[in-house]
Amino acid sequence: MTGLTFDIAHMLAGTLVLVSFLQLYQDRLYALLNVFAVHAFVLTLSVAWQAYIQSAPHLYVTAAIALVFKAIIIPVALHRIIVRLGIHREIEKVVGVGTAMLIGMALVALSMVVMLRVTEGADLLAREDLAFALSVVLLGLLMMVTRRNAVGQVVGFMSLENGLVLAATGAKGMPLVVEISVAFSILIAFIVIGIFLFRIRERFDTVDLQALDRFRGERR
Amino acid sequence: MALILDLAVQGAQMLLVLLLAPLLTGLVRKVKAHLLRRQGPPLIQPYRDLVRLLRKEVVLAENASWLFRVIPYLVFAATWVAASLVPTFRTGLLFSWSADLIAIIALLGSARFYLALAGLDVGTSFGGIGSSREVMIASLAEPAMVMIVFTLALIAGSTQLSTMASILISGEVGLRVSLGLALIALIIVAIAENARIPVDNPATHLELTMVHEAMVLEYSGRHLALIDLAASLKLLLYVSLIGCLFAPWGMAAPGTGIAALGIGVISYLGKLAVGGILLAVFETSIAKMRVFRVPEFLGAALMLGLLATLLRFVSGSL
Amino acid sequence: MVLTALTVCAALLAIVPVAIITARSAHGRIIVYGASLAASLALLLIALASLFAPASTATLPLGLPWLGSHFRLDALGAFFLAVVNLGGAAASLYAIGYGAHETAPQRVLPFYPAFLAGMSLVVLADDAFSFLVAWEFMSLSSWALVMAHHRVADNARAGYIYLIMASAGTAALILTFGLLAGPDGGYTFAQMRAAHSDYGAAVLLLALLGAGSKAGLVPLHVWLPLAHPAAPSHVSALMSGVMTKVAVYGFVRIGFDLVGEPVWWWSMVVLALAGITAVMGVLYALMQHDLKRLLAYHTVENIGIIFIGLGLALAFKAYGMPLAAALALTAGLLHVFNHSVFKSLLFFGAGAVLNATGERDMEHLGGLIHRMPQTAFVFLVGCAAISALPPLNGFVSEWLTFQAILLSPQLPSWGLKLIVPAVGALLALSAALAAACFVKAFGVTFLGRARTPAAARAAEADRYSLAAMGFLAALCLVAGIIPGIFMDALAPAVASLVGQRLPTQSGVEWVSIVPIAESRSSYNGLLVFLFVITSGTLAASAIHRFASDRLRRAPPWDCGYPDASPATQYTADSFAQPIRRVFGTVVFRAREHAEMPPPGDTRPARLKVDLRDLVWDTIYAPLAAGVSIAADRLNHLQFLTIRQFLSLVFAALVILLLVLAIWP
Repeated sequence: MTGLTFDIAHMLAGTLVLVSFLQLYQDRLYALLNVFAVHAFVLTLSVAWQAYIQSAPHLYVTAAIALVFKAIIIPVALHRIIVRLGIHREIEKVVGVGTAMLIGMALVALSMVVMLRVTEGADLLAREDLAFALSVVLLGLLMMVTRRNAVGQVVGFMSLENGLVLAATGAKGMPLVVEISVAFSILIAFIVIGIFLFRIRERFDTVDLQALDRFRGERR
Repeated sequence: MALILDLAVQGAQMLLVLLLAPLLTGLVRKVKAHLLRRQGPPLIQPYRDLVRLLRKEVVLAENASWLFRVIPYLVFAATWVAASLVPTFRTGLLFSWSADLIAIIALLGSARFYLALAGLDVGTSFGGIGSSREVMIASLAEPAMVMIVFTLALIAGSTQLSTMASILISGEVGLRVSLGLALIALIIVAIAENARIPVDNPATHLELTMVHEAMVLEYSGRHLALIDLAASLKLLLYVSLIGCLFAPWGMAAPGTGIAALGIGVISYLGKLAVGGILLAVFETSIAKMRVFRVPEFLGAALMLGLLATLLRFVSGSL
Repeated sequence: MVLTALTVCAALLAIVPVAIITARSAHGRIIVYGASLAASLALLLIALASLFAPASTATLPLGLPWLGSHFRLDALGAFFLAVVNLGGAAASLYAIGYGAHETAPQRVLPFYPAFLAGMSLVVLADDAFSFLVAWEFMSLSSWALVMAHHRVADNARAGYIYLIMASAGTAALILTFGLLAGPDGGYTFAQMRAAHSDYGAAVLLLALLGAGSKAGLVPLHVWLPLAHPAAPSHVSALMSGVMTKVAVYGFVRIGFDLVGEPVWWWSMVVLALAGITAVMGVLYALMQHDLKRLLAYHTVENIGIIFIGLGLALAFKAYGMPLAAALALTAGLLHVFNHSVFKSLLFFGAGAVLNATGERDMEHLGGLIHRMPQTAFVFLVGCAAISALPPLNGFVSEWLTFQAILLSPQLPSWGLKLIVPAVGALLALSAALAAACFVKAFGVTFLGRARTPAAARAAEADRYSLAAMGFLAALCLVAGIIPGIFMDALAPAVASLVGQRLPTQSGVEWVSIVPIAESRSSYNGLLVFLFVITSGTLAASAIHRFASDRLRRAPPWDCGYPDASPATQYTADSFAQPIRRVFGTVVFRAREHAEMPPPGDTRPARLKVDLRDLVWDTIYAPLAAGVSIAADRLNHLQFLTIRQFLSLVFAALVILLLVLAIWP
């Protein structure tokens, strides 16, 4: 039974990494938001499973917050924003899908090596889950770095947060107050980004960041 | 006595795959038709097509060479031998030690090599389109398949299919992340290798969308029948492979009696039916990709396979 | 044994003056190539006899007076001697027929036996001096053969670059042997083995540089695709199929035998280079439409595959896993043998096509299967073998390499745990791309319709060429069906290098090969071959009997658009276009430009494909430019006045006196 429990935890963490790769692969905005909703849903399942096996009821609240906010509210709101901003296009990428996935692979390999070396002596299964969580964080950063579109970068930021939550719940003991503060910070960040997106769109008629570069302070 | 039973089982497997292959194709077509609110052709229509084609005269292009005439038999033989070595209703096939999973993939690869040559033989541009696109798809699908084999071999400790199936049935492996990744990669590779939507449309003859159909455009009569049968066998092989490796329950072990073999056959038929229905649902719910989106799709499968292998290298519990 | 071998080598050298005299006569080539054939066969027999015999040594009073030359024939040397002379014998047989079309026989015939002798002497050498002399002799005689048609500008450039790279390689090897000899200066290999040099890492890296440049590792491969096609086809076969293997022998001798116990990170360097070489080689080959250049680039890929096996063997040896090291080394050495067989076969086929049509460019060929059916058949066997299709021999060595990779998780090092799966993926990728490359090579050259009148008029090759090619094709099949014999022949060499051998394969039932254990994996080429042939003939006879065997010829269907012109067929470039678009945009910065004239203009539109060789642009071009700039600056030294020359001499004298004064 113990083997199966931890296997399921591994499965869910691995599925989160897989969905991060799937996010890197998307080239349409609506599809990206749907995949992000799946990402948050898998995080919910993972946190709920951790709540079950650690017998930590406050993690159920974490799971519920992840489900309501990140899997439902934020994707729907971003969907609305996209419709209002009128961006229905494909996502412009800095590097191609193939190169991005290769770099993603290298990042996963790096995080496996780092985590498995740094945490020598800890419980093997917790170490591997931490390695997966670090992979999700790095893949989220990679998404932020390789997308020209601001909405794509927001999604990258959100999935990075998901990776952090996975890491925190994997290691035992994540007090509820931390989770509430994390959830509120997400909300604030989202509101700020949303407001800025509207302002940018109103002023410059575009949210393509390269176009915005022209209006920075000093010329390079 | 045991040797004779083993021989009989191997022979039965060879006949079974040959007879069931067109039925699987017919099932997929029927389910797709029903999902599109059509009646669709009867389930046994592929058998009728094969018989009809076999009886027809071959119309051969004037400048087709001897290679063109031999290739359908080569392709069929290679695919049939490969399909006979994948365990369907019983593990421990008599000749499983002669060709492991790498050899089976290489046999399928050689069938594809000869088919690509056939596309170039008559010297038309359609054949060239088919062959060049086919080798592009193969150049990514085959490494992905090899990575999947690596993952499975590292989990099971052997590249022999019968050994892999026995170990996966016994349940000592459990759930593994790399198995999940390998399953998704194998499904993607199977779709690409069998020329199914979203990689290629098996029912089209439009130049922009053909890959497999373009290579065999010049074939007719009994040659075309053999190539169609080989394609159906390949689909059956991949569905059997997925069933044998990822849903191995119900397969008889070597040395058990007739009752276990019967259960094995019934569960195998069930797996084929489920696989066919799932394939039909998937093909109906997704559109065909642009040709140059396919390498990205297969590249994703290669990455997943590589990730699964890497996880096995790095840790025994992943 | 070794004295017999040396005598035959001396006989080969003795053919050279005979060749000079008889070169221009009608029978010159039969005499020279016939004698070379006999000598190569003799050396092959000696090598086969020495495979299981104990090592024999000899010291000749040649060379430097107080050193002498040492020669030795041990198991490893016997294996490589067999490979060299199998290739040499086949090439000599082929050349008896092919050489009839040679326009400058006096430039080719004298150097050919010298080339063969040089290669055999490298394998027999047992001290650094004779090794290097033989190595340079081999390089120079092959350079002379590359320059045989020196009026062609491309050939002159190819010879020049070859000479520079060969010299650089020899310089690296001199440094290697110097480091191995150590301060005491023991030049024989026996003394080097006993010396246990401290500079193992530097030795291995220099050996990679020296032997690797001759073998064709990326980024030292640039001379190979220029020089190999420039030589006459039988010499190209020898250079690609055999000389690269002599370079592999050099690396194996230094890296596994002379340098002592390896360190684990050396294998990482070898594996990384080998993986990159394998993929880059086949990608370059896919972009070519010159048949011989395609084959030369493909040699680079196969050298990568061989070095993957060697790198894995180094890793296993460093961690004290002798059985796994034996498997990896067997895989690498078996691929050495297999590659020499099928690459020679393919070059012979390309030579036959060149003789028959006068063309090397695939875009001007086509439909040759109708005009040259036997050549087409053996070329097809070679293509299938090199694409690693069962039941031929290329598949066996690739299968063994995969099995070695599957043993690698036991390696404790983290770096190796990361790099070996990546190398496995690169190996699989290169194998798939190789199949694509040879569908293109065979399909565009032999299949389809003739694209030029020269191709439409081609005649079949002569019987000597066909005999040589047929023999090699049969060997491909035999080595694929009963690989156990060949693996057992390798076993003494492998045992001498890593300390253990694989279990005996010849005794396994039904002629299978079982490298590690029955429960792990096994392969039976004979059964696979029999199954495929039986089911194919069964299907054919059943259908012809019970269904229909009628056949009718008609114009091609082509979806109802018959096009009469053969120019509408797929060309080599168009066949490679999807792959060029997927891989080439990253690796070669491949860009396509369509030049469209404005409407109303009657000029044709042109599609231009722009490929850049990044290795050349980033490494060699800046190096050459730097050397040019330095030479320009230093050129000023030629034009100084007398007073300035005198002041240079004066400054040098003062500096030396200062050094003498200050040095403690």
